[in-house]
Amino acid sequence: MRYLTARKRAEGKGASRTGTQHHWHMTVSAVALAFLIPVWIFVFGHALGQPLDGVRATFARPFPAILTGLVLVVGMRHFAMGAQMMIEDYARGTARKMLVIFAMSLSAVIVACGLFALVKIAL
Amino acid sequence: MAEVKRVERPLSPHLQIYRVQLTSVTSILTRITGNGLIVGTVLAVWWLMAAAISPGAFALANAVATSWFGDLVFTVSAWALWYHYLAGLRHLVFDAGRGLDIPTAEKLGWGVIFGSLGLTLLTILIV
Repeated sequence: MRYLTARKRAEGKGASRTGTQHHWHMTVSAVALAFLIPVWIFVFGHALGQPLDGVRATFARPFPAILTGLVLVVGMRHFAMGAQMMIEDYARGTARKMLVIFAMSLSAVIVACGLFALVKIAL
Repeated sequence: MAEVKRVERPLSPHLQIYRVQLTSVTSILTRITGNGLIVGTVLAVWWLMAAAISPGAFALANAVATSWFGDLVFTVSAWALWYHYLAGLRHLVFDAGRGLDIPTAEKLGWGVIFGSLGLTLLTILIV
């Protein structure tokens, strides 16, 4: 009898050998977002439509700022990996590589822009 | 030597052949909503960045974000977010090996559809 968990038996299988980790990362970020999103949607919805002073005042407060930062970092990681999964299902060869690089870059740019905005508003 | 002649292999039944099923549609919608959310995200981050930069930049971004176009994007995004949220929770249930029999899976599918519509309505009413 071998004392292996189900996950250990699945690791390193498949063409890329990273599918198990990919799936686990998606699960972890999904659970994190399940807690973050319902609160964030009301913070954002409350700020949207306010004049500039109101928007700046909202995101200058610690809770909305930290929450938005977490949603951006975790959410864009979740998006990048999910988009990669979709691209790998439908595209082949060079097109696949370019699309995956684009999706990863777009998520990185969005996170950087969002965090810059939060820091600038906070300072 | 190995035979180089190409064998005519049978193709597996494809999308056009299968009857549309609730379980497949709810699964495909999960992918569409998840990836489509990037549109609302770009608009939201542009709006936030404009608020950080200058009143002029904010005036433009806020005009777009609160126009009919912005309302459309954010309303559809709210539904997409709630749909993807509930479908994601369903995915966690499936991953745990539960609810995989067809009657339960279909019940969960309807739950995701009506739940997302209800939560979107609630979001519009509260926000």
